[in-house]
Amino acid sequence: MFKLVKRLTSVVAMFAVLFTFTTETMAAKKSKTLKNTQKKGFVRCGVSQGLPGFSNADAAGNWTGVDVDVCRAVAAAVLGDSSKVKFTPLSAKERFTALTSNEIDILSRNTTWTLSRDADIGLTFVGVNFYDGQGFMVRKNSGISSVNDFKAGVSACTNLGTTTELNMRDFFNSKGIKYEPVTFEKADEVVAAYDAGRCDTYTTDKSGLAAQRIKLSNPDDHMVLPETISKEPLGPVVRQGDSVWEDIVRWSLNTMIEAEEYGVTSANADMMKTSDNPAVKRLVGAEGELGAALGLDNEWSLRIIKQVGNYGESYKRNIADTGILPDRGPNELWTKGGILYVPPAR
Amino acid sequence: MENRGITFGYGFLSQESSFDVQFSLIEYDGSHSYFRAYLVGLLNTILVSVIGIIFATIIGVVVGIARLSSNYLIERTAAIYVEFFRNIPLLLQIFFWYFAALRALPLPEKAEPMFGVFFLTIKGFFIPAFIWNNLDIFIYSVIAAIIAIFFVRAYAKKKQENQGTQTPVLLISIGLLIILPLLSFLLGGVDASIEIPVIEQLSKTSFTFKGGLKLPPELISLALALSLYTATFIAECVRAGVQGVSKGQKEAAASIGLTPNQVLKLVVMPQALRIIIPPTTNQYLNLTKNSSLAAAIAYPDLVLVFAGTALMQTGRAIEIVSITMLTYLTLSITISIFMNWYNKKIAIKEK
Repeated sequence: MFKLVKRLTSVVAMFAVLFTFTTETMAAKKSKTLKNTQKKGFVRCGVSQGLPGFSNADAAGNWTGVDVDVCRAVAAAVLGDSSKVKFTPLSAKERFTALTSNEIDILSRNTTWTLSRDADIGLTFVGVNFYDGQGFMVRKNSGISSVNDFKAGVSACTNLGTTTELNMRDFFNSKGIKYEPVTFEKADEVVAAYDAGRCDTYTTDKSGLAAQRIKLSNPDDHMVLPETISKEPLGPVVRQGDSVWEDIVRWSLNTMIEAEEYGVTSANADMMKTSDNPAVKRLVGAEGELGAALGLDNEWSLRIIKQVGNYGESYKRNIADTGILPDRGPNELWTKGGILYVPPAR
Repeated sequence: MENRGITFGYGFLSQESSFDVQFSLIEYDGSHSYFRAYLVGLLNTILVSVIGIIFATIIGVVVGIARLSSNYLIERTAAIYVEFFRNIPLLLQIFFWYFAALRALPLPEKAEPMFGVFFLTIKGFFIPAFIWNNLDIFIYSVIAAIIAIFFVRAYAKKKQENQGTQTPVLLISIGLLIILPLLSFLLGGVDASIEIPVIEQLSKTSFTFKGGLKLPPELISLALALSLYTATFIAECVRAGVQGVSKGQKEAAASIGLTPNQVLKLVVMPQALRIIIPPTTNQYLNLTKNSSLAAAIAYPDLVLVFAGTALMQTGRAIEIVSITMLTYLTLSITISIFMNWYNKKIAIKEK
């Protein structure tokens, strides 16, 4: 009898081992990107050429920002170390080609999620890490206090190859205003041209305006108009066709947001393993087998929270404390009046 | 490509482009097709190349001849100009002229008018424009004048070969170019009025000009940078060409009684041109290709409009880059065929 039980347990254990082994390898096998990343030992991440708060490198070459943190979270989940990321700065024009041609594996570069981008050019958007909208910056002494004050002949500086260019046309057309679009490839040149007086207004995502305003010669002479003329949900993008990798990036981002929702921070994550709330325990890997489904171990989410922090910490560190946008606006949790709402990790 | 979910096809060219361009030679806005956006970019590329080639040639010839001057000051100035401008990367020069122009030029409300009607401002060079009636008839008259000039020249050449007498071709040509268009005004119902740019207030502190013709500062600084840069190379071609004609030729020409003007026109230049043309063709090609640096300073050329915005909005990288490459190839080959034809025309005709 005893022997039988022993035998049975060993068979069960064998099956369990075999089962976890197969699910793991199946996920890993299905995902070429995951396998390559683990082989290389770093995550290849495409970021902007310098947008404070989102992805910006300091003098020593250290990248910070909320977009950067998404890649760091993936590195923590996949490789166990959030610093194992290779960042590639890309212009708006280069970004999608870099992703589809396999130069990078995640594009986390304040990129607007639209239908045509998602469906047409071999890309998949995995979520939204910043809800933004397009706005206008003008000189304070111009007397313009609303977008309704623009008159025909107004010249607007912006970045080329962005949704901004399209929104700007829709907006001015709806007002029946003839305008002059001046489009540059690099944000720094847009700032320089606007600063010199080439344009009457500078238009891009409001977070971008807030960040770039700091670079102007007299930031206090300029202001962002209150109106928002478009929806700009910004989020990380992956190549189409690798659903496991897509899931890993999506749930790395979701983990950060859900961690904030349940009050799990980088400081208290370890203690949360003994929490009474099963949702929290699942989140830190103390319950359930969520990692296996992604081809990862069960500590993946705990590592994200410990090494990168939750979404609120990332926002505070990169956007609020740097004075770019102290008010979280729509990027507050749904429980606190914002629209950050992610599916449950279970 | 299929593996990566990329579709291939040129069908997007007929779709609505839905983006605007700041400066265009043909009527265009976002409701037109991507193909029309392509034409806008192509025409802007051709415009800046043609302007660049004309000015580069003029400056190049003047500087090239100045380098041969016996006047030390003129010769040194020309040499310094050549060495300075050809040894700085073109992209830096473009940035320099653009941002220098933006810093130096006045805001529209502070612009001093030149001759009362030209306004050079940070937002562009505003010049009076002609408002035409029956413009097509005027253009036909100019074309007719040009064709007539060709006939006159052919006749004059024949006459000189047969009878040895010279005809004042230049005077007749200028006369034709004035009289025929003038006739179109008097008889053809052509009418032109001049529209002068007027300052307009956009907000409390911001102004612009309305009416007239506007050359954007991007076009001016790009054309300036391209011409100044390429002119240095052309100057060297010209110097080499003139120095390549042996002194004896000039002396021999003078000894048979030709005036200095005739020596230059009939003896030195025809021989020098044979040396000048081939390397100058290279420079024209370079200038055309270099104009693609326009994207850096927001001049809406082919690369910015088509390989930039249109590529971004459609995501059709392979299609658009292939079209753009093919276009530059065609442009270059066209220039090169024309220059080869011209080179052949002035080459020594062995009989």
